[in-house]
Amino acid sequence: MNAPTETRLRHRKMDVKTGRVDLSHGSGGRAMAQLIAEIFHEAFSNEWLDQGNDQATFPAPAGPGGRMVMTTDGYVVSPLFFPGGDIGSLAVHGTINDVAMGGARPVALSASFIIEEGFPLADLQRIARSMGAAAREAGVPIVTGDTKVVERGKADGVFISTAGIGVVADGLELGGHLARPGDRVIVSGSIGDHGVAIMSSRENLTFDTAILSDSAALHRLTEVMIAAGGPSLRLMRDPTRGGLAATLNEVANQSKVGIRIEEDRLPIKAEVLAACEFLGLDPLNVANEGKLIAVVDASAAEAIVAAMRAHPLGRDAAIIGEVIEDDQHFVQMTTAFGGGRIVDWLSGEQLPRIC
Amino acid sequence: MKYVDEYRDGKLARAIAATIAQEADPAKTYHFMEFCGGHTHAISRYGLEDLLPANVRMIHGPGCPVCVLPIGRIDEAIELAKNPKVTLLTYADLMRVPGSKGRSLIKAKAAGADIRMIYSTLDALRIAEENPDREVVFFAIGFETTTPATALAIKAAAKKGLANFSVFCNHVLTPSAIRAILEAPKTGKLPPVKIQGFIGPAHVSVVIGSKPYRVFVEEFGQRIVVSGFEPLDVMQSILMLIRQVNEGRAAVENQYIRAVVPGGNLAAQKLVDEVFDLRDTFEWRGLGHMERSALKLRDEWARFDAEKRFVVPRIHASDNPACECGVILIGAKQPADCKLFGTVCTPETPMGSCMVSSEGACAAHWTYGRFRDKAKRQDERRIAS
Repeated sequence: MNAPTETRLRHRKMDVKTGRVDLSHGSGGRAMAQLIAEIFHEAFSNEWLDQGNDQATFPAPAGPGGRMVMTTDGYVVSPLFFPGGDIGSLAVHGTINDVAMGGARPVALSASFIIEEGFPLADLQRIARSMGAAAREAGVPIVTGDTKVVERGKADGVFISTAGIGVVADGLELGGHLARPGDRVIVSGSIGDHGVAIMSSRENLTFDTAILSDSAALHRLTEVMIAAGGPSLRLMRDPTRGGLAATLNEVANQSKVGIRIEEDRLPIKAEVLAACEFLGLDPLNVANEGKLIAVVDASAAEAIVAAMRAHPLGRDAAIIGEVIEDDQHFVQMTTAFGGGRIVDWLSGEQLPRIC
Repeated sequence: MKYVDEYRDGKLARAIAATIAQEADPAKTYHFMEFCGGHTHAISRYGLEDLLPANVRMIHGPGCPVCVLPIGRIDEAIELAKNPKVTLLTYADLMRVPGSKGRSLIKAKAAGADIRMIYSTLDALRIAEENPDREVVFFAIGFETTTPATALAIKAAAKKGLANFSVFCNHVLTPSAIRAILEAPKTGKLPPVKIQGFIGPAHVSVVIGSKPYRVFVEEFGQRIVVSGFEPLDVMQSILMLIRQVNEGRAAVENQYIRAVVPGGNLAAQKLVDEVFDLRDTFEWRGLGHMERSALKLRDEWARFDAEKRFVVPRIHASDNPACECGVILIGAKQPADCKLFGTVCTPETPMGSCMVSSEGACAAHWTYGRFRDKAKRQDERRIAS
């Protein structure tokens, strides 16, 4: 027997293929419940999210480590889909990385969506599924979330805001203030991939490149590094906006030291170099979403790099320079040409909305 | 990267540096001006200063299009952009150049003016086509390098029948600026600067050729080596200038033979000539008003001339009195000599245009070279005591 008409209507699936988000999807009514169920629960499903409460209740993380880290991040990237990823996978990777750079094992994520009226449901589903896949692959569940819909023109497609928590093992002390003269600086792989991939897909720039964003969750790589380096690790950072240059300058200022790197040792893909040349960018200022830098005690540097190279995300890891004494806290680079130069923060905007 | 790495080879650079060290006469000093900001950038970016002997001194010249634009023109562009019908298109460098009273295009944009950054004149045409009810104005600046592209855009707009596209023209001429610097001792309008030779423009010379510089040899006994923008080009050109000085010669020589011929790019010159005419006079930052030093649209293209299409108020504004951009632009002072450098004037809060453009002498020194200042100051103090 057929179900009563009313029930059948209520159970009719959303038209994801051609439908669009409208204001009713944010109004707290049935349409919103349906959007959450059919887009987000379908994509993220895990036992904590599926409790369906306004908060996720889960047991305190087991294992060693009495300290937790917490981070929050916002994603407003344009375009939403780019070679090698999209705003969804980027949000998961970026949040996990912020947790992992503190030396922590990521435990859970939250995600909040601000969606512009008129946004295609198919794109929203694609983003949610990409997020769900990234979270599953990383083994870090999205345990709670929120959605809001704003009028057309009040947002640009979709903005995602996240939080992440993790647990730090006992005895591990990492921080941007801990670099000391003599320490080595390590980068986990080629720099500038993400920024160039985003740049190549911007509508006002028509150039083709095979470069994919390097967007990736780095917590398994940091696990390897912690195992190999332990207390020799001073700090880890992911050089996202502002690129390697900004991150090294942050460290130099926080630790009140100078840093000198060697241009010859920087891993940069030929295609990235070519695109930067063409667009007048410095790869040192271009964003990364799947790379990290680490400052480590000199005696452990080689061993840490060897361990990183055995991991797929650290295959091109390299020691690129060292921490030096400098009361002006400059980051300097010996150029491949043999002269010296400063590696400065970027002034103003190089790439609008890259993450 | 093919055809780029070859010109950045560190080993070759050290070989040229060794030859320079060998041939530069320790009893002499060599003062060379690199005219172009592109050369300034290469010198700073690759740390060439570290590869040259102390008696070879490079003086930064005025060849930075953003830097020589007087702030009155920025004010005028802001006034243009305030017109609610106007969409103003500009290269990104210009966005942060300070106008008078702390104004800039980026602040005007934040306040609601429709100002957009573009990468090429093709973007400008596309935006005009896509927005037929907007008055799309391209803020055209640059030396001879960028002028042909603007000419081409105007001709293309005419062909497409675009009625909503116009150009706010600020194109200027390289030889006029070189002449002003060389005539400084005679005119007394600018502080004289000791220059024994010029690293001549790269891309400008692709368009105008090397011939237009001959007059500076004949009239002023100057040396000019037209040079590519890659660091090895610059090193080789410095060596060529040192040899001219040592041999007591003065000539126009062409290091950039892979791109520059004596007559230049005739097709580009013809295009520019078709669309543009000389202005009687134009104000340059640092160099002041110079006769026949800039271009305007010819009368037959007047409908594409933003200055004719709109009422653009003529604004003359003075630079901040403490800002030394003017004398830095002609090589009479170095960026670190300016009291504002690195204190109130940084790339984040530029007081003068030389701190904005990546080709500006101050920005290049700030971004790449300022780590040498402290040691230099200590050396100077040691020598003084």
